[in-house]
Amino acid sequence: MSTPLIRDIEAMYLKTDLPHVVPGDSVRVTVRIVEGAKERLQAFEGVVLGLSGASTSRTVTVRKVFQGVGVERIFLLHSPRVESIKVLRHGYVRRAKLYYMRDRSGKAARLREKFVTKAQ
Amino acid sequence: MLPGCVALKRGMTQIFDEKTGDAIPVTVVEVLPMTVTQVKCAATDGYNAVQVGYVSAKAKHVSRPEQGHLTKNNLPLMRKLQEFRVVDSAAFTVGQSFSLAESNLPFEKGEKVKVTGQSIGKGFQGATKRWHFARGPMSHGSKSHRLPGSIGAGTTPGRVLKGKKMAGRMGNETVTTVGLEIVGVLPEKSVLLIKGTVPGVEGGYLTVSYHAKPGVKLKVS
Repeated sequence: MSTPLIRDIEAMYLKTDLPHVVPGDSVRVTVRIVEGAKERLQAFEGVVLGLSGASTSRTVTVRKVFQGVGVERIFLLHSPRVESIKVLRHGYVRRAKLYYMRDRSGKAARLREKFVTKAQ
Repeated sequence: MLPGCVALKRGMTQIFDEKTGDAIPVTVVEVLPMTVTQVKCAATDGYNAVQVGYVSAKAKHVSRPEQGHLTKNNLPLMRKLQEFRVVDSAAFTVGQSFSLAESNLPFEKGEKVKVTGQSIGKGFQGATKRWHFARGPMSHGSKSHRLPGSIGAGTTPGRVLKGKKMAGRMGNETVTTVGLEIVGVLPEKSVLLIKGTVPGVEGGYLTVSYHAKPGVKLKVS
C-alpha cells in the first residue's frame, strides 16, 4: 500500500531518464560491477520477457541465449547499479509476460519487429 | 538528550544505498513532536525520568485527572503521555519541545536503535503457529496433523504444568526489536527510515530509542 508520504520518499530514489520499456523489446542494459576497488561496466543484451513491481522495486526480466544456454537476468530498473538501459528494437507481441519464449529455440524464438512512430 | 522518541509506523518501502547501490528494505517512521509535561528526579520521585506528551486532543478525549495534570503547567491537552528514563533530569524543563524538525533529537544515519510497538493481533491460534510446534504426518492414516501432542506425564504429577505451551491468543503484545539501523533522517518530513521491519500495524504507535543505556549514545562503525 502506498501513501503520499511513502510516494514522496520513493520519488527521491526514482530515475527520471528511463526509456519506456515494454515486453518484446530488445534492450541493452549496462550494469556497474565492483570488483575489489575497481569498477567496470558490463552490458547485457536480450529480449524483455516482462516487467514487474512498481516504483523503486520495478524490475525488468531480460533473456538472451548465450552459447546455446538461455540466460535470464532480472534488473531493478531504478537501482544505481543499472547504469543505463537502451531500447534497440521493438518486438510485436500480444502478451504482458513472454514466458513462452523459454520453450522456443532457433527460428521459433524470433519476434516480429514493430515499427513505432515517435508520438507513441 | 532525550533517549528516544515516539513515532508512528507509516509503512514500508525499498530504497537504494548511495555508495553500493544495494536495495534496502526500510520502514518509514514518522516521529511525533513531543512536549515535556513533567520532569521526575531521584530526590522527589525516586528515579530520573522525563514525561512527554504528544498528539493534541480535544478535552473530551482526555481524562479529568490528565487535564488537571496538563493545565496546571499551562500545557495544551494531549492524548498520550509517556515516560523516558534519563540519567540526569536536570537538563529538562516542563514545556520544552522535541521534534525531528527542530533537530533536537540526535538521530543520525548509521546509528542503531531499538523499536518498541504493539504486535499485530493474530487471534486464537494453534500451537503449531503460536509456538512453532512441529506438525504430525499429513498422510499414512495419521490424524494428528497440527495437534499439540502430549501435554504432560500421567498420575505423577497428575496435572498439567503451569505455563505449558498451548493454543490461545497470539500477538497484540508489546514487542521490542533491537539493533535496527537508521538509514535515513528526513527532518523536513519528520521521518526516520529504519532498515528492516518494526512491530505493529501501519499507523501504530512506536517508541524508537537508542540501543544503548538511557542517555548514552551508541555509535556503530
